[in-house]
Amino acid sequence: MSTESVRIVWVYPDLLSTYGDRGNMLILAWRARMRGMPVETVEVRSDERLPDQGDIYLLGGGEDGPQALAAQRMTLDRGLHRALESGAALFAVCAGYQLVGSSFFAKGEMCAGLDLLDLSSDRGPTRAVGELAGTPAPDLGLPPITGFENHGGRTHLGAGVRPLARVTTGVGNDGASEGVWQGKIVGTYMHGPALARNPAIGDLLLSWATGSTMEPLDDAWPTRLRNERLAAVR
Amino acid sequence: MTSNTGPNKSLPLRAKVATSVSKTAAALSRAAGRGDGSVIGGWIGLKIDPDLLSHLAAGRRVALVSGTNGKTTTTRLTAAAMGVLGDVATNSLGANMPTGHTSALARAGHTPYAVLEVDEHYLDQVITATSPHVVALLNLSRDQLDRAKEVAMMASLWRDALRGRDTHVVANADDPMVVWAARVADSVTWVASGQRWHDDSWVCPECGAHIERVDGDWYCTGCDLRRPVPQWRLDGDAVVDPFGEHHLVTLQLPGRVNRANAATALAVAAQFGVRAADAVPRLGQVTSIAGRYATAVRDERTIRLLLAKNPAGWLEAFDMAEHVPTLLSINARDPDGLDTSWLYDVDFSPLHGRPVLITGDRAMDLAVRLEVNGVSFTHVTSFARALAAIPPGRLEVIANYTAFQDIRAELDRVN
Repeated sequence: MSTESVRIVWVYPDLLSTYGDRGNMLILAWRARMRGMPVETVEVRSDERLPDQGDIYLLGGGEDGPQALAAQRMTLDRGLHRALESGAALFAVCAGYQLVGSSFFAKGEMCAGLDLLDLSSDRGPTRAVGELAGTPAPDLGLPPITGFENHGGRTHLGAGVRPLARVTTGVGNDGASEGVWQGKIVGTYMHGPALARNPAIGDLLLSWATGSTMEPLDDAWPTRLRNERLAAVR
Repeated sequence: MTSNTGPNKSLPLRAKVATSVSKTAAALSRAAGRGDGSVIGGWIGLKIDPDLLSHLAAGRRVALVSGTNGKTTTTRLTAAAMGVLGDVATNSLGANMPTGHTSALARAGHTPYAVLEVDEHYLDQVITATSPHVVALLNLSRDQLDRAKEVAMMASLWRDALRGRDTHVVANADDPMVVWAARVADSVTWVASGQRWHDDSWVCPECGAHIERVDGDWYCTGCDLRRPVPQWRLDGDAVVDPFGEHHLVTLQLPGRVNRANAATALAVAAQFGVRAADAVPRLGQVTSIAGRYATAVRDERTIRLLLAKNPAGWLEAFDMAEHVPTLLSINARDPDGLDTSWLYDVDFSPLHGRPVLITGDRAMDLAVRLEVNGVSFTHVTSFARALAAIPPGRLEVIANYTAFQDIRAELDRVN
């Protein structure tokens, strides 16, 4: 962690911000501030250099063209790669999730990803749209995940990484597994403000970033929201 | 066609039958209390004659209005402006797909003019069917992405729909996506309608470079796409026409965005030969549209309804709403889109300091959003409880589509 505050970096909101992606930055910042932790949020446009001193990096969703462009610019920039090598955390959703792998499918062709994790994505037979729920990997100590997915991709995990969850409703990676978890990186097809319904994932990222355990917050409203959404797919 | 031969008289037999059955079905639907008949009639008519819309449009001079937000209101304002010339057929109930257009034209009988609101996805199809004299394009922003085309793709569809057509376009100079789509047209009138929501147009649809905005102007940093010089603009409460003449527009509809819609309506009508000075008084007579901006009184509470269907619409609603108790209601049923992620695209902080109540199917999504936004709120489980929770006086209601309809039903479909 940087010396003074938790630095949250939203990568390329001009390219990777399809639907409520700002929410994850707002929720992380709010959860940190509620615990008295100083927070700095940084939005880095795609024509700017990515800082390598951030604590938590966020990659959002995007359309095909911007997704491909984001991959090219991040590969040249290397800022995110350097930050992760020095121990930063990364939360990547939807198109941003596909970017962390070795390749993804956009605008009718395979594109090179950032190659941060051992996974690859291609196009599925149908578009996955709707509620997504699952049982997380036990090691993570998380409650069930709940979100909304809207993507045409399918993601294949390599031997070196683990899924975030086992799917109970929806499609996720392939109808069986959802997302990825490796080191301090979480990737998911729960799009947009995924942390609104999964504050425990937000706290996991904050604990990785700070190296300390997060004390509980009054999560009455998120808990009611979670219960409602999980009941709706039961 | 001679001047006294209306469209219906020239219809082929199949189209005549289809028109007649369509009107009967619409009347039955209304009589049975099953709906307002604005869709069912057209649906049946098109089953009998698939080309019915073309047949009904033939012989009329048509204007189409499309965009993510404001198309129902702008259609009503344009129809009012065109009324200077004669009778105007219009789908003023907001039924904006070909079934709705067919119903509207069948119901209207023969009119020399038609002004039709068109769902963004159907623009190409409806241009082909109706050969419009003018197409008005208001704005493009994210709207129900779980089923709608993404913004850049929609702009591209519009561009393809307009290329090579013999139609005049009236378009918003302040929306880069609209400008990119419209500039392929042979002739365009640009209107400075404004753009409060920028987050879907930071990336140039032509070249992918960043779009820079400076004091109301905008330009692409990588290619020649830039804000065209508008012929129509706003100056306070006035609409300024291409000759620099100021027309004071006094509307019964709130907000700058509706003055901009009035400017578009005047620009469209001008293409048909309507003088702005003649049309302006008619715009002032337009009141609420399908309950939008409607006011009702219940239990000493004066309730105003504002419809906000997407992030750009919410920003406009906050601009229009007075600083009084405010009820927000959110659903996520099919017509709303099933995804509530957009709540995080909206900054609710303009509501700071107002008593805020929340309700609707997805009130919990809103609760979490407002908590993170630092806006205090009270959750109520019904509209009646919302009324009970505030003192006598004013209440602003801002709701998305089906939530709006639910509350309007509680107010006896106020209009």
